[in-house]
Amino acid sequence: MTNLPVPTLSEGASAVCVFCIFLVPLAAAGLALLNAGLGRSRSAAHTMIASLCILSVAAIAYFVCGFAVQGFTGQPIRILRLGGRQWDWIGAGPFFLRKFELDGSPASLAAGLSMLCAGLAALIPLGAAAERWRLRTICASTALLAGFTFPLFAHWVWGGGWLAQLGTNYGLGHGFIDVGGSSCIQVVGGLTALSIVWILGPRRGKYSSSTLPNAIPAHNAVFVIFGSMLCWAGWLGLNSAGAILFWGAASGQVVLVAVNTTLAAASSGLAALVVTGLRFGRPDASLTCDGWIGGLVASSAGCLFIKPAEAVVIGAIAGALVTYAVEWFEFGLKVDDPGGSISAHAVGGIWGLLAAGIFVRFPASTSVIASVQSGADSGQFIAQLIGIATLVGFVLPTTYGLNQLLNWFVPYRVSLEGERQGADLHELGADAYPEFVVHTEEFIQR
Amino acid sequence: MKLTGFLLLVAGWGIVLASMSLLVSLTPRAIFVLAGLGVEAVGLLLVVRSHLVLEDETG
Repeated sequence: MTNLPVPTLSEGASAVCVFCIFLVPLAAAGLALLNAGLGRSRSAAHTMIASLCILSVAAIAYFVCGFAVQGFTGQPIRILRLGGRQWDWIGAGPFFLRKFELDGSPASLAAGLSMLCAGLAALIPLGAAAERWRLRTICASTALLAGFTFPLFAHWVWGGGWLAQLGTNYGLGHGFIDVGGSSCIQVVGGLTALSIVWILGPRRGKYSSSTLPNAIPAHNAVFVIFGSMLCWAGWLGLNSAGAILFWGAASGQVVLVAVNTTLAAASSGLAALVVTGLRFGRPDASLTCDGWIGGLVASSAGCLFIKPAEAVVIGAIAGALVTYAVEWFEFGLKVDDPGGSISAHAVGGIWGLLAAGIFVRFPASTSVIASVQSGADSGQFIAQLIGIATLVGFVLPTTYGLNQLLNWFVPYRVSLEGERQGADLHELGADAYPEFVVHTEEFIQR
Repeated sequence: MKLTGFLLLVAGWGIVLASMSLLVSLTPRAIFVLAGLGVEAVGLLLVVRSHLVLEDETG
């Protein structure tokens, strides 16, 4: 087994990286607004406070055991011997970040970025399971995701684990490529969303005996659109910080990452706009925003190693794909996902990973890390397929099993009465928009 | 049906891992990886169908 080299950052690259990490919470704020806006008004406050709880629990779970599991290149690891080969399976760092210097080193910056990424990944299932998921079980499920599932996959991809070593150890291109977290954040979050939706079932009244599901429209399109714009800023930081930290990009290369991220989102949003316009006679705001997010998600995997024109193509395909996937999940598979999270994050993310295998090229000057890995581009697509197979064959059963186990002890779904009242009143005792409540006595004619 | 589906998902991943351990050249490895993904696809289909049946039963 050949370990990957420990990246070193110049002072300028570190400063740019810190700035980019500070942008990532904007993505979390954007997703929270998007999820709240796409749900009904009677659950809006619940969705927002649940988002805050998710970010809090994720940060603490990641601090307690997440970074110990994830680790970073050059940090202690546990090796598994399988088939006569050594596999770097899991980090063996200290719990509670004990004896770990938070001093601006690449490892400490990775810890800071990943703590925010854990929260981002955990926000994704909320969009899919909104209006019927109890607050306490949201926190418990988040602890599982941020403390185990996310860091484990992030170790394999970002922490120098076996997927990152597919290039050096097995001659498969440059190893599994995921610059900004298409896999470990987006697809892991999206597959967790699918698991939880399967466990919870659809919202009451969504699927009746009639053939078509009932439409439950989003309550605030402005939240949805503004949330999508915030996500753009957050993604610029996420992709750029990932490029610097995990692929050794120079600070100047952040420009390419930013341009690719923006172009992918732009073409994706426009593609969704055109597709919905052609199919329904007029553009659909919710689906356009889902398409926009799908483009951002798809851009994350290869944003450092593709050309701007390729980013446009990747984004356009992502936008169209997400639009059809939303419909397919809702009508064909009877998966009630009000936020379109599974389509935007899981489907968009898997497309981004595949696209990285198709489009990525490594120029000689690209990066310190890439230049030391075996230079064969031939097996890159296979490496990406192995990563996707791991997400579907390992992450989905694991996350479904863990959440199902938790659901047996603490039921995930709100009561029938709670769902009728709305999560705001039932779980928080107050509505998000109390002035909208009609009090009948105020309308009695005198 | 659901359990079988999830077992097939894991089995497909096992085939993919085995291809890396047992094979050296790119073409057979690619075929094995595709075969593993195929098994995963069948598993996913079973899991999806089991949930569709459940939805129909519960209304």
